[in-house]
Amino acid sequence: MKMDRRSFLSFVIGGAAGTALSPLPWKLTDDLAIWSQNWPWTPVPERGEVSFVKTTCMLCPGGCGVTVRKVGDRAVKIEGTKGHPVNDGGICILGLSGLQLLYGPARVPSPLRRAGERGQNRWEKLSWDEALSLVAERLAGLREKKLPHTVACISGTDTGTVPRLMERFLAAYGSPNFIRTPSMRDSYEMTLHLMQGVQASAGFDVEHADFILSFGSGILEGWGSPVRMFRAHSKWKETGVKVVQIEPRLSNTAAKSDKWIPVNPGSEGILALGLARVIVEESLYRKAFIDTYTSGLEAWTREVLGRWTPENVEQATGVDKSTLVALARSFAGARRPLAICGRGRGDTPGSIGEFMAVHALNALVGNINRKGGVWAVPDPDYIQWPEVETDAVAAAGLQQGRIDGAGSKKYIHARHLLHRLPEIVDASDPSVVQALFVLEANPYYTLPDRDLLKKAWKKIPFIVSFSSFMDETARNADLILPNPMYLERYEDVPYARGFNKPLIGLAKPVTAPQFNTLPTGDVLIRLARALGDPVAGAFPWENYEQCLSETLQDMWEPLQETGYQVASDFEPGSGSGAFDTASGKFEFNPEKAREAAAHVSVQARGEAPGYPLILIPSDSMRRATGYIGDPPFVVKTVPETVLKGNDLLVEINPETAKALGLSEGKRAVLKTPKGQARVRVHLFHGVAPGVVAMPTGLGHQAYDAYLAGKGVNFNDLIAAVEDGASGLNAAWGIRAKLSRA
Amino acid sequence: MKHEQAKKYGMVIDLDKCTGCGACMVACMAENNIPFKKDETNKLDSITWMRVYQLTNGKPFPNTDICYIPRPCMHCEGDHGHSPCVSVCPATATDYSLKTGIVSQIYTRCFGCRYCMAACPYHARYFNWWDPVWPDGMEKYLNPDVSPRMRGVVEKCSFCFHRYQLAMNKAFLEGRRELEEAQYQTACAQACPAGAIVFGDLNNTKHRVHRIVQPDPAHGGRPKNPKAFRLLERLGTNPKVYYLSSREWVRRLADHYLPNETPGKGH
Repeated sequence: MKMDRRSFLSFVIGGAAGTALSPLPWKLTDDLAIWSQNWPWTPVPERGEVSFVKTTCMLCPGGCGVTVRKVGDRAVKIEGTKGHPVNDGGICILGLSGLQLLYGPARVPSPLRRAGERGQNRWEKLSWDEALSLVAERLAGLREKKLPHTVACISGTDTGTVPRLMERFLAAYGSPNFIRTPSMRDSYEMTLHLMQGVQASAGFDVEHADFILSFGSGILEGWGSPVRMFRAHSKWKETGVKVVQIEPRLSNTAAKSDKWIPVNPGSEGILALGLARVIVEESLYRKAFIDTYTSGLEAWTREVLGRWTPENVEQATGVDKSTLVALARSFAGARRPLAICGRGRGDTPGSIGEFMAVHALNALVGNINRKGGVWAVPDPDYIQWPEVETDAVAAAGLQQGRIDGAGSKKYIHARHLLHRLPEIVDASDPSVVQALFVLEANPYYTLPDRDLLKKAWKKIPFIVSFSSFMDETARNADLILPNPMYLERYEDVPYARGFNKPLIGLAKPVTAPQFNTLPTGDVLIRLARALGDPVAGAFPWENYEQCLSETLQDMWEPLQETGYQVASDFEPGSGSGAFDTASGKFEFNPEKAREAAAHVSVQARGEAPGYPLILIPSDSMRRATGYIGDPPFVVKTVPETVLKGNDLLVEINPETAKALGLSEGKRAVLKTPKGQARVRVHLFHGVAPGVVAMPTGLGHQAYDAYLAGKGVNFNDLIAAVEDGASGLNAAWGIRAKLSRA
Repeated sequence: MKHEQAKKYGMVIDLDKCTGCGACMVACMAENNIPFKKDETNKLDSITWMRVYQLTNGKPFPNTDICYIPRPCMHCEGDHGHSPCVSVCPATATDYSLKTGIVSQIYTRCFGCRYCMAACPYHARYFNWWDPVWPDGMEKYLNPDVSPRMRGVVEKCSFCFHRYQLAMNKAFLEGRRELEEAQYQTACAQACPAGAIVFGDLNNTKHRVHRIVQPDPAHGGRPKNPKAFRLLERLGTNPKVYYLSSREWVRRLADHYLPNETPGKGH
């Protein structure tokens, strides 16, 4: 056949038309689409039997009950447990992200020994036997040198069997230095101790209060047990409960409140004293309660409230007289008013003067240990272990007194003073801390004045972290003995911050351990055994699970079932007997209160001309500030007005911005007496002129690539300010300077 | 079946209760296998089916006020099911179900033209510019009820449609044809610690959404409750997500009212 131009074209066109009419191109396009949508790297989640496990969240001290949905042996979703007394089905942003931590890249895979310099992040894996004998040798050496008291432990909490085992271990070994990380729990405990004579945690019956007066407490920023507070807040909205928020910045709590009263930063305690004075002067207090159950009001009024006339208060706080008087009247006029304090999430203890003043307000309206008031919730007493028997070395070590000075003559009422540790270690030679254990805490990130901390850190020869995650502290440790995560281990959680009833939650294994971890309880039992008597004698258990089940006794079985036990009929008792003071009554404690009130508002560090602005922290539910860093999902929710790329944005009033020649998103240098950082600015009308609000919870250097390197750590720029009356860290901010970069 | 007789799922969000905590966003991400990148600060390419926006009244200190507004897909009914996105999709990859009132998104049909994104007045739709990548081991938490999406397709909130399917399957097995309110809830509504999100069938008088909103079927479901409102009401998209707020300035912003206009009296 001859192929001419004409037949060639007919062939091509005919062929094309024929193909187009056939199903082939459509089939191919379709196949192509399907093929391109089935790349092997797009995962197909495996199916399996669905089951639910009830456990307790341990990501913050909130004590929420969570239910984990499993598919086969995979945990796929964490949800709130319906009917749980704290969160009843609700769950917070961090709790929801727990599985990203469980399966995430920030986990410590096995015991690790430092291979390079500290902080270089070079590690060498070792077996548990090797790791434990390393620690045991070290500890035995120190004991031989009669230096058991140079071993210290920093722990995120002191309740529950694991922290108590740690404390017991130290006691049997010969060290009194079990130090809890600071928070408003310290100041509330001290307040209850000073005014009610009890060792207890403060619980707040927020569901039944009908007027909330909050001195900067971030009710919607994570104060107390967050989900519980959110639920209470919604209930207040439904029933018309009034919320008054006293705070220098328009936080979410302030925005949602019925009245936001901006005060000069740091002067909240003075406002509380001013309110108390109005209430006393106008006789608005509950006479029946005051006369029967309290002592010292008269002296207190004279010696503490004397100078806080409405005029003086107005000058110190910036809140005008009429607002003050009106507020005092509406507070005292409510049926069940409740005053709370602890700034933001309550990460910093605050001055005892402020806490005592706010607590006195509650006493004036008679709502101590009453419905809708502040309750003293006794520490749980189910841990009944035999007394530790010490030998001469241990007894001598325990005689030494605590390194942080808590309980000493100067700090007689303080139980833990972690913020003092860096300075003391830095000043000592050789270091007063020869070995440091860190349990469920991240002091390398959370302690203020990190320059000083880093110097002190270098002096400590041996640092062991028990962290499940590669947090800043673990990264800068010598040895990591990873604890399984809360979703992989048993542990009792006998505390829900701010909850007003005794509650024990149980965390239990939802999945098999994902890594080569060992529960810290077991580590301690094995270490004790390796050290021999008398330490070993204090640990008669086979393993931690046995210790836990024996300790919980009858509660062990039901806890496995429900995940929690609550004393729902608990009544704190409001009459006599509830107060364990010398007078048997609630004490306004004029003597201590006078000293405390003298330091009610500590001065921010720095001087005005060099540092014309005031830097304050701003907390948010979307930024975890404690031991846990934000998992990827939570980082994703951080708005672009807080984080842009890796840059942190600080909030300033447009007026401040104008004076400094800054506009939205512009780069600036933020300098404080403690450090400086490159930031950007976000213009926000909700922050007072002259104030810089800095988002907390960012500036991590460890964890994973989704968090590390983003933003600036607020703790780099601030330092502790010791409250002269209590020794607690009362810093609420620091002076600062902002200039164009 | 006429839409008024079938189910019409919708949501009402109480902005007085919403605290802006972001739990709904993460509950959604965890339930629906939403991916994440190292940098999520460019919100234009950050996939958040549920996104919480912050509104401000713009007044100077100390009269400033802010309000948070969670924004899922509005599942617009439009005019007889002609939602803005459904009308423009050339691939029938998104459809309005007259049985449930849910606007679906079928990833395997979508070829990524993004007309729907341009058409959506609520920015509720997101494009997968990249393939999702989970760090080693993290794909273990993926939910088998929702397929992970691939590069090149659009995705959006589905009102957790897979939960509807599971609930219906269960109901059929138990010989029921109706769902109680609690039997089908979205992940965000379930998680919300403030209880601000209420989800249910707008056509069912027993459901809280119906009782709160009191939708007017004659006017595309416009709320009869004066405290309730919808976003950009005057566009006529007839969204099935309603909001409650006691603050006048919030209600005005919700429909982009000009300073001299009165809400409810737009053109």
